[in-house]
Amino acid sequence: MSTAKDTAKEIVSFRNVAKKYRGGSVGVENINVTIKEGEFVCFIGTSGSGKTTTMRMINRMIDPSKGTITFKGHNIRHYDPVKLRRTIGYVIQNNGLMPHMTIQENITLVPRLLKWPQEKMDKKARELINLADLPESFLDRYPAELSGGQQQRIGVVRALAADQDLILMDEPFGALDPITRDDLQELIKHLQEELGKTIVFVTHDMDEALKLATHIVIMDSGHVIQDDTPDNILQHPANDFVKDLLGEERLLQAQQNTLSVSDIMSTNPAKITLGKSLAEAIRTMSLRHVDYLLVTDDDNKLKGYIDLETINERYSKDASVSDIYNRTRMKFKKDSYLRDTSEKILKQGYKYVPIVDNDNYLIGTVTRASLVNIIYDAIWGKEELDNPDEIKLPASIAKGSDKS
Amino acid sequence: MINFLNQHGSELIIKTWEQIYISALALFLGILVAVPLGIILTRYEKTAKYVMSISSMLQTIPSLALLTLMIPIFGIGKLPAIVALFIYSLLPILRNTYIGMNKVNKNLIDAAKGLGMTTAQSIFKVEIPMAMPIIMAGIRLSAVYVISWSTLASYIGAGGLGDFIFNGLNLYNPSLIIGGTIPVSILAILTDYLLGKFEKKVTPVTKSGVKK
Ligand SMILES: Nc1ncnc2c1ncn2[C@@H]1O[C@H](COP(=O)(O)OP(=O)(O)OP(=O)(O)O)[C@@H](O)[C@H]1O
Ligand SMILES: [Mg+2]
Repeated sequence: MSTAKDTAKEIVSFRNVAKKYRGGSVGVENINVTIKEGEFVCFIGTSGSGKTTTMRMINRMIDPSKGTITFKGHNIRHYDPVKLRRTIGYVIQNNGLMPHMTIQENITLVPRLLKWPQEKMDKKARELINLADLPESFLDRYPAELSGGQQQRIGVVRALAADQDLILMDEPFGALDPITRDDLQELIKHLQEELGKTIVFVTHDMDEALKLATHIVIMDSGHVIQDDTPDNILQHPANDFVKDLLGEERLLQAQQNTLSVSDIMSTNPAKITLGKSLAEAIRTMSLRHVDYLLVTDDDNKLKGYIDLETINERYSKDASVSDIYNRTRMKFKKDSYLRDTSEKILKQGYKYVPIVDNDNYLIGTVTRASLVNIIYDAIWGKEELDNPDEIKLPASIAKGSDKS
Repeated sequence: MINFLNQHGSELIIKTWEQIYISALALFLGILVAVPLGIILTRYEKTAKYVMSISSMLQTIPSLALLTLMIPIFGIGKLPAIVALFIYSLLPILRNTYIGMNKVNKNLIDAAKGLGMTTAQSIFKVEIPMAMPIIMAGIRLSAVYVISWSTLASYIGAGGLGDFIFNGLNLYNPSLIIGGTIPVSILAILTDYLLGKFEKKVTPVTKSGVKK
């Protein structure tokens, strides 16, 4: 996580929050979640896991039976619920636009409750319809005269009308077709990234969560199972439930995305120290069946490399490795990501690249061959490689086309 | 016809006025009680069931019997008639208000609350406007009932067009019966028409370009 996020102020926090519904059914239990300013938080989980319950406690649509929720540092119990709701944006599925109010009236609903002067409201309405990327002439229309996607755009921007900086959204795009959903996802991502809004978003679509969230809270039967960044969740799923939720394909993909060079290096590089004679170098090469050696000092710090060709050209009996070795050579630190390095290695045509630790001690090599294997795995998937007859299109390509 | 008007013209106007007076007052009181009651009942599901069945029961009392039952309490004249008709007007309005309010999309009510409307704001700015067509249908139904039943009110001395009809029956004078019946029908049809106009006016617009 970047330091900017670490120092961001918290905007909402749950401390040991529980909600029991009348009749004893448990909504949620033992919720401890901190939401920071500017975050895009996705609550995700199976149906009935308590996502909606958790979200609705923030603006006091539901009151917790136990624990404390704070908003901007104050216990929400100390806010008047009506005033609290006017300062927190609220977007629901099926948009919740008032059918008997024009788009303008819908957008300025909260400002009207707050008794803004008419001029300020008109200005806000125009500003927001532009933000929604709809023509200003729509302001005079009624919701029924807009498409579902357009209605939900209005539903989204309405939540900003009173300059709310926290916006709650409960499966806002559940009823939309994939293309319209994409557009709206972009709109709300823009709100978070460019306008700095904090967004709390309930979904049960993992793709949506991974695409939008900077912070994911995974819930199951009323409990928080994992609460972390998308990357961390992909790399370290807390348990099998999370793994199932993510799905094998995503996990594999993520794994390859986050593999570091040290994960695939061979730890037994062909090497030689500076002081050795060239004759010894040749012997080592033939022993290891290679035409190169990495050169280190006596402490095993990487110095460079030496190859058969150079030795051939400049061979003399008295010369040692230190006299003719080659100093410039691409090398990688052990924890650099494979996704950042593999392309360089492949493009520049190296057969191998030395891997060093932070103090430049040689700890291994990555060979071109091992790299190619990994890349094939990532693109084609493991099984297909075991079964070359059944090779299909890469997952990323196959997804777009119907297989019949 | 002309003969009838010559003979009973001024009486007809007075009786029609009485009829309007009795029905309008009964209906007005009915609206005044049933609409708010219907709204309140949507907040108390359990009580609502009892209230609904009680008012359904009242509705089944034969109208003549109800009118007669009023006499020991209110004596004879306009007051007992108005009270009895008022009781009759309650159920259609109450039931329609209750159903209309309950039928309002829960999503809208949730949105209204979530955006920061108070309960009163939600009721007056969202729920009642949305329920208006159904509430108005109940009021129209009640109005027609009340107008035609108020004819019976003459039986307990409340006056109105029923006087013609009852006289006609007693004297076996068909022209009196018809002379009383036609204005009642016209009155009922006219009222329904006017309330229909009124309904259009109070039903919220949901499409642009629709003129009120
Ligand atoms: N008003 C209520 N009365 C009683 N129980 C409720 C009520 N609302 C929710 N619950 C229960 O609380 C639990 C959590 O419900 P919640 O609506 O928060 O789930 P969710 O994660 O939003 O599910 P979904 O994905 O289906 O919307 C469920 O077991 C549900 O049955
Ligand atoms: Mg839900």
